[in-house]
Amino acid sequence: MSNLKIHGLLAEFADPHALINAAKAVRDAGYKTFDCHSPFPVHGMDQAMGMKRSSIGFIVAVFAFLGAVIGLGLQGWASTAAYPLVISGKPLFSWQAYIIITFALFVLFGAISAVLGMLRLNKLPRLHHPVFYSDRFKSASDDGFFVSIEASDTQFDAALTKTFLESIGGKNVEVLEGE
Amino acid sequence: MKTIEPNRSPSEIAVSAHGALESPLITGNQTFHSVTEKIAGILERKTPKGWYVGFSLAVSLLMLLVGTVGYLVWEGTGIWGVNNPVGWGWAIVNFIWWVGIGHAGTLISAILFLLRQQWRTSINRFAEAMTLFAVICALLFPGIHVGRMWVIYYFFPIPNQMSMWPNFRSPLLWDFFAVGTYFTVSLLFWYTGLIPDLATMRDRAKSRMKKIVFGLLSLGWRGGNRQWQHYELSYLILAGLSTPLVLSVHSVVSTDFATSIIPGWHTTIFPPYFVAGAIFSGFAMVMTLALIARKIFGLEHFITLNHLEKMNKIMLVTGSMVGYAYIMEFFIAWYSGNEFESFAFINRAFGPYAWAYWTMFTCNVLLPQLFWFKKIRTSIPIMFTMTIFINIGMWFERFVITVTSLSRDFLPSSWDYYIPTIFDVFTFIGSFGLFFTLFLLFLRFLPMISMAEVKGVLPQADPHYGHDHASKKGGAA
Repeated sequence: MSNLKIHGLLAEFADPHALINAAKAVRDAGYKTFDCHSPFPVHGMDQAMGMKRSSIGFIVAVFAFLGAVIGLGLQGWASTAAYPLVISGKPLFSWQAYIIITFALFVLFGAISAVLGMLRLNKLPRLHHPVFYSDRFKSASDDGFFVSIEASDTQFDAALTKTFLESIGGKNVEVLEGE
Repeated sequence: MKTIEPNRSPSEIAVSAHGALESPLITGNQTFHSVTEKIAGILERKTPKGWYVGFSLAVSLLMLLVGTVGYLVWEGTGIWGVNNPVGWGWAIVNFIWWVGIGHAGTLISAILFLLRQQWRTSINRFAEAMTLFAVICALLFPGIHVGRMWVIYYFFPIPNQMSMWPNFRSPLLWDFFAVGTYFTVSLLFWYTGLIPDLATMRDRAKSRMKKIVFGLLSLGWRGGNRQWQHYELSYLILAGLSTPLVLSVHSVVSTDFATSIIPGWHTTIFPPYFVAGAIFSGFAMVMTLALIARKIFGLEHFITLNHLEKMNKIMLVTGSMVGYAYIMEFFIAWYSGNEFESFAFINRAFGPYAWAYWTMFTCNVLLPQLFWFKKIRTSIPIMFTMTIFINIGMWFERFVITVTSLSRDFLPSSWDYYIPTIFDVFTFIGSFGLFFTLFLLFLRFLPMISMAEVKGVLPQADPHYGHDHASKKGGAA
């Protein structure tokens, strides 16, 4: 039992309203590495937690554009360099006819990068996370609302942070302990 | 300004973004927990007997498909009723029909999402699943109709031993890219939507097997807002990308016809007309499946009459668009003064395939007009019957377009009548086996309604709920 490490603290809140208020309190207290868990996205939580806008839009823009370039490039190269063949008297580089495949690859690359980019930014997939040490946390995907503060936060102090979470209305404050 | 009265039950009031009172989306006083219990509970209970009956039937039909396709590979496309000049028979008709059905899912997920139509949350999951399975059925047909499917890789833009490249100006290749992209994007969209629900299944799992499978599939989702933030934006972007895609897919399919010079095919109305028809038939299929699932699994509180009526309205709109296109085609055939074009259309309505044309016209244009009446829009037996008729009608639309135009082209000496063989019928019926096998597996193993999204549209999901006055100022707006 001696090699158990404290990873953080977990506190439960009653509903989305309480969670939003808790998020504001935790943010105002100066914590940085905390998260608010809910079974569905709570409207207004980004501002309450003081988060920046997600950068996924830029990732998708870059990859979607890349997809379009690859699409047009593939068709242009195949029809003019790799296999030049005049069909129906059309020019070798008949770009009008290439727009559809260019568009398809634009969407395809954009969509793949939207999903993979989301997973990358969320550091997923991962097999384990300290919050899963808590049995109570199972309800976060059902009807539970939680705030977790990680031990890596510079302000973290197991005892003080616990008192703080209780003072802002957190129920069942738990220490996330594990190997 | 309407305010929420705390003493009224959540289901009695649903205040939309505009502040107008609407009938509630989800009824039965649901709490977050009751939503989970209801939807996840379906998967945890013993498999109903009806499921086994349906599944056996579906797998039997699937076997029929496997057998018929096996025989097709062995013997060649000569076993079908295709002849000269009708080189495109049921395989293409079925392809277009299935792709069309596959349009509703992404339309519901993407376009209705962008339009903030919250009623989509109850139906989007299984509509998307239906899309995927319909597109799989659709992709089967171009795969097998080429005859020598072992060289179908000629079709793919990959380097091959002959140093040949496909013709990128050909609509058939556009089709390959459009439908392939559509399938991939729909799959990603569906899976992304599933992640939070897979996490719910993981957290509820009792057996070790389920814990491992759902644990891996949910990718370690923890529902933290730092995850939700990227997730929501990613979902929005997927919706934004899928919206032009869903409109483009059937447009591209229609260019298979429209870029040719066959009278009756060579028309510019095809892309919008095909898209409207696709949405029309797709909604009809979603409705058929939704009505059955709703009855069997007791989902009346989630898929309410309100949802069904809204879908009927969409069918009325798209059905009328299709009807407009039928009539406009006739007008243009006459107005163009082109005798081949005029002949093609008169032949359609009064020639040897008149029976197919009028079946199509009745099912797609005349019957859906009954949806103007609220009584009919809200009657479940009538709407169920209607959706079946619409899908029959839409199949005939594709048959009429494909076969009538080919069977009587420019030279009367080459005219011929097309009669399908038993193998055409078997392949088509068999494709239902494939579709329903996949769909029943989905109903049994994955949550058929998005729990996370349904919870999000419950009134108590709004952080202002029950705290209206407290959070007026400086609230999380």
